[in-house]
Amino acid sequence: MAKQGALRSEREPKGIPSRRNRAAETPARDLNRLIHERTRLGIISALAVNSSLTFGELKDLLRASDGNLSVHARKLEDAGYITCSKSFAGRLPKTEYRLSAAGRKALERYLDHMESLIRATREG
Amino acid sequence: MPNVKPIRPVEAAPIALDAHARDNLRYIRETMERAASFTAVPGWGGVALGITALGAAAVANRQDSPQLWLVTWLAEAAVAIGIAGWTTLSKARAAGVPLLSGPGRKFVLSFLPSVFVAGLLTVVLFRADFTGAIPGMWLLLYGAGVMTGGAFSIRVVPLMGLCFLVLGAVALFSPAAWGDGFLAAGFGGLHIIFGAVIARRFGG
Repeated sequence: MAKQGALRSEREPKGIPSRRNRAAETPARDLNRLIHERTRLGIISALAVNSSLTFGELKDLLRASDGNLSVHARKLEDAGYITCSKSFAGRLPKTEYRLSAAGRKALERYLDHMESLIRATREG
Repeated sequence: MPNVKPIRPVEAAPIALDAHARDNLRYIRETMERAASFTAVPGWGGVALGITALGAAAVANRQDSPQLWLVTWLAEAAVAIGIAGWTTLSKARAAGVPLLSGPGRKFVLSFLPSVFVAGLLTVVLFRADFTGAIPGMWLLLYGAGVMTGGAFSIRVVPLMGLCFLVLGAVALFSPAAWGDGFLAAGFGGLHIIFGAVIARRFGG
């Protein structure tokens, strides 16, 4: 329940849109703030074109710190957008992430959203 | 005169939403390009290249004159370019990957200088009647091209380049009569092995 509340608050827009941006007001309301954040958007985008990526690969790719990547990956995992599997490669622990169907759908919706924002601003 | 300060801090000019959206889309595309590497490298195409190279090595080995030997391998190169081009294009289309954007373009641009140098050196070595060094030089330069191009690709591609480099280095210091054997092992064997790995692990 608390998780749902947290997710809802991430999706809600903050502040009043400026006059210039009013044309795009309606699409902005549905913005998925969970993947709007840069690192999380990077994780989702990278996983969209790979069947799986390890923690190290994502870290190198996004140039993120261990802590930062870990926190953002956990948020996406909690939302069901990515799945995480832990194993051992020899003696070294290996954390692997995959994009879930919900995550792929969320990214597609986010892309649609960005495109509709651009369209709405042009028309407005 | 009292020092008047605004109650609210003066905000910077707002960034237009559409500019922000464009920036986000650009970020997504760039992240995907960096993460995807060059997925259009054809695995089964590599296997096909390997098979034709094995055939070319068998035919070239039976030729008596250096001219016919060279013609055989040049014909194989033409066939290989055709197979590689067609299978790369097919795989890129099937995967919905633009072939000459981002990593694909980097791959081609990194690979072409080695091919150009190999072409020039082939002419020079052949005219100098030094054909024994040609197989090693081909393997070395092909390996160098694959390695530098593969720096932007899936990890197995630069590894294949490294194997070509090692094989080419050994071939350069081996008897000239073993040239076709080295070419068969490199353009045949390595292409088949790595092609099968790419096809199995990276789809097609």
